[in-house]
Amino acid sequence: MAVHTGPEAGAGDTVSRASAGPSNGIATPETDGARLAVNVCGLTKSYGEIEAVRGIDFEVRAGETFGFLGPNGAGKSTTIKILCTLAKPTSGDAWVAGRNVRTERDAVRRNIGLVFQDTTLDNYLSGAQNLRFHAALYGVPAAAVAPRMRQVLEMVGLWDRRDSLVMTYSGGMKRRLEIARGLLHAPHVLFLDEPTVGLDPQTRSSIWEYINDLKTREDITIFLTTHYMDEAEHCDRIAIIDHGKIVAIDTPEALKASVGKDRVQIHTEDDEAAIAELADTFGIEAGMHEGAVTFSVASGEQFVPQLFARLTVPVRTVSVSRPSLDDVFMSYTGTTIRDAEATGNDAMRQMAARFGGRR
Amino acid sequence: MTMAPQTPTAQTPAPAQTRVLADQIRVSVPQRSVRSDLRAVSIVWRRELIRFRRDRLRAITSLIQPLLFLLVLGTGLSSLAKGSMPPGVNFKTFIYPGVLAMSVMFTAIFSAASIVWDREFGFLREMLVAPVSRSAIVIGKCLGGATISTFQGIVMLALAWLADVPYNPLLLITLVGELLLLAFTLTAFGVMMAARITQFQAFMALTQMLVMPLFFLSGALYPLRGLPGWLSVLTRIDPLTYVVGPMRHALVSHLNIAPLAQHLLSPGITWNGWVVPTWLSLGMVAAMGLVMMSIAIVTFSKTE
Repeated sequence: MAVHTGPEAGAGDTVSRASAGPSNGIATPETDGARLAVNVCGLTKSYGEIEAVRGIDFEVRAGETFGFLGPNGAGKSTTIKILCTLAKPTSGDAWVAGRNVRTERDAVRRNIGLVFQDTTLDNYLSGAQNLRFHAALYGVPAAAVAPRMRQVLEMVGLWDRRDSLVMTYSGGMKRRLEIARGLLHAPHVLFLDEPTVGLDPQTRSSIWEYINDLKTREDITIFLTTHYMDEAEHCDRIAIIDHGKIVAIDTPEALKASVGKDRVQIHTEDDEAAIAELADTFGIEAGMHEGAVTFSVASGEQFVPQLFARLTVPVRTVSVSRPSLDDVFMSYTGTTIRDAEATGNDAMRQMAARFGGRR
Repeated sequence: MTMAPQTPTAQTPAPAQTRVLADQIRVSVPQRSVRSDLRAVSIVWRRELIRFRRDRLRAITSLIQPLLFLLVLGTGLSSLAKGSMPPGVNFKTFIYPGVLAMSVMFTAIFSAASIVWDREFGFLREMLVAPVSRSAIVIGKCLGGATISTFQGIVMLALAWLADVPYNPLLLITLVGELLLLAFTLTAFGVMMAARITQFQAFMALTQMLVMPLFFLSGALYPLRGLPGWLSVLTRIDPLTYVVGPMRHALVSHLNIAPLAQHLLSPGITWNGWVVPTWLSLGMVAAMGLVMMSIAIVTFSKTE
């Protein structure tokens, strides 16, 4: 075992000791309280001049479902890659399941399960063959392979289809098979990078059923990234990440409570006039988000009658919503996640145009 | 690669590694060891076999080209070649070793191409992130490719009667051994290329471009004597020469013809008049295979 120095190494070492007993990595209930599944200290990652991750710190307790929420390009995937030892941090350090991601790559990899955004299945093998392949690569003891395989396949509802070639599976089935495969070697931490991206809404919710079910069945920490607000609600805690930095980290409830205000969105005949009038008459700062005049007030329902009474610009539609994670994201970053993605894409297009122009 | 030095002490006997805990089958993954790497080699090898068994069409289509050479070209040219053949020897018999090599070639290269394919479809990532050494993956891949292409060669060998080749057990064993060696080296070559080339089309174009010259320069279709200087040099550079030569030597020595005729058909590979012994020929091919496999291992170890 490598000896870590510095104060941040303490937590990592505790976990290592806890898991280095005769059970060789099996979690024991006595140590669960003290265990950290993930511990990240001052992590940065640059690709040339682009800083993808700009110094983040956080901890994930064992057994937690922890979500990384942010628009595309916020640094979610880069962070997950570093935690899975697929990329090296530029500076800072991280421990996963008590193992250092810089110095104990193999140990980290043995203790984590990975489900990537893109499928990494062999379409020409059956579901069961894909799992057997994985079991051999991860050194699952031969005697445990068959029962464990049955368990994970039943968990994701694919036991009946185990002998079909993966190429005959639907997108949702493939994702479920990947989740089953990620669990096969009983990892301490399961990383799900955008687990539902590219799936239809029905399949998405069924994937979430499996993930929630998983929490009750397995002693496992789940670390996931998503840019769907509604999915972040499934997490015990979430970190909101924007431009490579964590801007907020708490339970979804606490984050929503911290916003405290309702969101009002109105469509008007003249949005600019409405924004000006809102500032003059009500002293409310409103902005354009998702094509509507958007602002926050303490109690939305009571405000709406006043709005109709005193606003001279004709209002076509009104919607009032309780604080959602969207509002949390907006209050911490000043933009909605959809706007952030739109501008992010614009920036990318501009960059492409610039590089294209140089040729 | 980092490996915790505590491996032997922290390991518990096998039965303790799995235990049922609250309805869940607990699995603990052991430390990486030589045994786990061997297991990885074996599973990568087995995957090649499973996929080959599924793909019957590929097995059949890759027989077509060698059969064309043997039956069409062989028969077509035999009347022309009759004058220079010793009496009682068929031209098809003469080109048979080259045809055998060809049947192995296509399968070996194609099996290496599956790495490029795996990369495109993401499965390579599943292999590369696993806590096993990259060499285990590459070795498994090379052995897998060698096995299936040798099998393809054996199918061709079963058709030996088409070329009037005697089914002599010793001859067959020798030929299978030499085919295995060729298959391994070719797969290693393909894997080495696939480690760098990430596009399927580029890989196929490049290997196709190399396969035909290798075949034509190997002396598969003509004896290596009395050639003009430039061709003589090129044939000696071609690695395939050093497998086709020994295979033909084995075949000819099992034909019931005079020693002089044997020498006429299989003059041996000469370097400036010195006859390269069979063991050196095959040894060089094996060494090349090992070197190319090592290069592939190094390349894959560097990639993330």
